[in-house]
Amino acid sequence: MQVLYEVVDNTLVVKLKGELDHHVAEQIRTELDETISNKRSKNLMFDLSEMNFMDSSGIGVIIGRYKNINKLGGKVAVVNVSEKVNKIFSLAGLYRIIDKYENKNQALKCM
Amino acid sequence: MMEHKNYMKLQFDSRSQNESFARVVVASFAAQLDPTIEEISDIKTAISEAVTNAIIHGYENKIGTVTVICSINNNELEIIVEDEGNGIEDVNQAMEPLYTSKPELERSGMGFTVMETFMDVVDVYSEVGKGTKITMKKKFISLSGD
Repeated sequence: MQVLYEVVDNTLVVKLKGELDHHVAEQIRTELDETISNKRSKNLMFDLSEMNFMDSSGIGVIIGRYKNINKLGGKVAVVNVSEKVNKIFSLAGLYRIIDKYENKNQALKCM
Repeated sequence: MMEHKNYMKLQFDSRSQNESFARVVVASFAAQLDPTIEEISDIKTAISEAVTNAIIHGYENKIGTVTVICSINNNELEIIVEDEGNGIEDVNQAMEPLYTSKPELERSGMGFTVMETFMDVVDVYSEVGKGTKITMKKKFISLSGD
């Protein structure tokens, strides 16, 4: 799994490329937390346009980051969510806490 | 109607890098059922959850053997994921949505719920100290009209 970062104003945009399962979850979690802390980002956006696979381990990673960001008053959004990722997000009730937008620009307007 | 039967058995170490290996193998085996993209995605997610459970909960930090058995019976695929690890004390509790025995690991507790949603049938048999066997079945629409 490859992770690309971009900072737009006070939002850290994280593009996850590849497969997010239990095997990579621990490493991604550590890397994300370090980057969020270094960049002092208030909000977090996951760009999932190049996410090929995700299971409940990935849900754990996203909910965990939400808890940290939310504690400090920030927002978390997901964009470019594919049909298959959408299915597991809905099942996990993720949209009760995280907003979904069509694309990056739309999300940035609301963050 | 032609009878369609096939079988395969896969065994591997309970190392997390084998999670993607198991997904690829099972998805390739299921390809002969001419699945839709959604069906393949469902199968991959369900097998990933079952194998991850065996690795994290079955064997915890020890290395053991995970067995995956796939059988095709006409348009139905049966997947068995078995470990000889710790076993689950209370299967009903483990299968509740959001239940996790390891909250410190930031697990979502959605593993069994995902399996049950993405497969038609999920059956869990477990004995403490002996291991866990998860049997999942899914019927594929593609070949059902034959």
